Amino acid sequence: MVMLDIHNLHKSFGGVEALAGVNLHIAQGEIVSVIGPNGAGKTSFFNVVTGFYPPDSGEILFEGESIVGLESSRITEAGIARTFQNVRLFLNMTVLENVMVAQHCRTRAGAFHAILRTPFLRREEAEIRARAEEILSFFGTRLVGYRFDQPALSLSYANRRRLEIARAMASEPKLLLLDEPVAGMNPRETAELTGLIRKLRDERGFTVVIIEHDMRVVRDVSDRVIVLDHGVKIAEGSYDEVSSDEAVIEAYLGRPAEVG
Amino acid sequence: MTSAAATRLPRRRRPGWVDSFLLAVRIAAIVLLIWGIAGTVVKGINGEGPTGEAWRDLVVAGIAQGAMYGLIALGYSMVYGVLGFINFAHGEVFMSGGMVGFFVANYLWDIRFWDTNFVLSILLVLASSILASTLVAVIVERVAYRPLRDAPRLIPLITSIGISFFLQYTFAGLFGVAVKNYPPPPDYLRARIGFLDLEIEGTKLAVIVVAVVTMVALYLFVEKTRTGRSIRAVAEDKEIAALMGINVDRTIVATFAVGGAMAGVAGTLWALLFRGVSFITGFLPGIKAFTAAVLGGIGNLGGAMAGGVLLGLFEGVGPQLVLAGFGIPGVSQLKDVVAFTALVLVLIFKPSGLFGERLAAEDRA
Repeated sequence: MVMLDIHNLHKSFGGVEALAGVNLHIAQGEIVSVIGPNGAGKTSFFNVVTGFYPPDSGEILFEGESIVGLESSRITEAGIARTFQNVRLFLNMTVLENVMVAQHCRTRAGAFHAILRTPFLRREEAEIRARAEEILSFFGTRLVGYRFDQPALSLSYANRRRLEIARAMASEPKLLLLDEPVAGMNPRETAELTGLIRKLRDERGFTVVIIEHDMRVVRDVSDRVIVLDHGVKIAEGSYDEVSSDEAVIEAYLGRPAEVG
Repeated sequence: MTSAAATRLPRRRRPGWVDSFLLAVRIAAIVLLIWGIAGTVVKGINGEGPTGEAWRDLVVAGIAQGAMYGLIALGYSMVYGVLGFINFAHGEVFMSGGMVGFFVANYLWDIRFWDTNFVLSILLVLASSILASTLVAVIVERVAYRPLRDAPRLIPLITSIGISFFLQYTFAGLFGVAVKNYPPPPDYLRARIGFLDLEIEGTKLAVIVVAVVTMVALYLFVEKTRTGRSIRAVAEDKEIAALMGINVDRTIVATFAVGGAMAGVAGTLWALLFRGVSFITGFLPGIKAFTAAVLGGIGNLGGAMAGGVLLGLFEGVGPQLVLAGFGIPGVSQLKDVVAFTALVLVLIFKPSGLFGERLAAEDRA
């Protein structure tokens, strides 16, 4: 089943066409990598899908419904969550609060319950707390126990990346967009996270799209690879197909000098 | 990604004349402060100047007034934290509460309910004052600030000054410019009450207690509730908060509503302390509360509360303690001078305010 269906997506910034007519689809249960040289439009693609910027033109269908022009909070409610290339956590809030706050769009107790502190609200609070703890335990022991109540700014860089993924998981998305999840991690941490990305799909049932520069990660996790360059899709297929595609090699390495 | 650490490296440069001037100002401020206090102490030893009881009353009055400033300052600080501009109309939000409270109080006085059941009366006044302030704050946000959400921050700032005048003269037009006096509180409140061996005027004690309870309630609201968590998330990063499924507009309304409610409480406390309200009542307390918020480090709620109480204390005790030491006549008329001088001094010594560390976002205007 097609989960995300994108037709002829355009977005320009000034004179630069970040997305120049992208067509692609993501099927349910897939892990898809989006790769391409710097400035290819990968992050712009995430930004437009999550409602960060509206597209100039084109269609974005999520589970058959158009999400173009929706506010980001609505798109999150519809079931898309993301992380950022340059980690953006609520640094002054605790680890647990970061994960709890992302569940707000799934809670139902409104102002009435909040003012009266009804049993319903308290039960719901206990539930989102328990869920937050459960989600954090996905990363083993790194974000649990005494870490729960530490502010996010006390975390190491790798833990911040993990927490950001946990926060995205907490909004109960169907589609998880990870923007360079292993950037800046050492080889061991990268290997660990590569395993976790597969688990996100296999155990948690998320459909995952990742933007990644680390080709080993791309090779190890992807069912399918989509290559963007200058805002258009230039290749698509398995890792092996894409890595031997001439257009892709040219985009990364440049055109070989004419002989003679 | 630029490294934040790089910009924080100490810059080696030779001190210019401005630095020397500021240093001189600092030294002069400290010398004058000590000189003034010393003068007052000498007077006290010689048996001149205020008595012990008079000092105590000054301190209590200062804390009571400061607690009120603190409540108003919370509104400035919360809106600044979330939207990054100073809502100068907040003083008028406070005035609206006091004004509406007056009409309720007056009605209760007319039907003789005020005398017979003062506690219930003042609770009704408090509720109406909170309701009025909250409504005004929320409407102002909806009508004046929300359309300007993406505008540069100077624009809502100027708008807030316009709204401030608009509200003042709307109230003047509707209810006249005369000062409206609340009915007097019952005798037992005006009498002195023994409290920890201190004889404190009942109204002041009530004001301090109500302010403390309200501040604790706000703290719990912001730290422990779901809406409070949303407010903190929106204050840190609106874009991300929206991406995490938080309804940013609704959270901003909640921020204005809570700030308004605090101002409404302050409106009733003002009535207990001074009894008179007029359309201009919001102006000076508003500016003072803004001063308090800056004094405590704007954007920081604990700072706003502490800044309010400190400003009230400076204002209450400062004239007698420092200025009287120079033999200046009529010092109690100069409390506003002392308050704003205190602000200038704090900003010279600690530009981010007393508790201003957490204001990290460099894009604040």
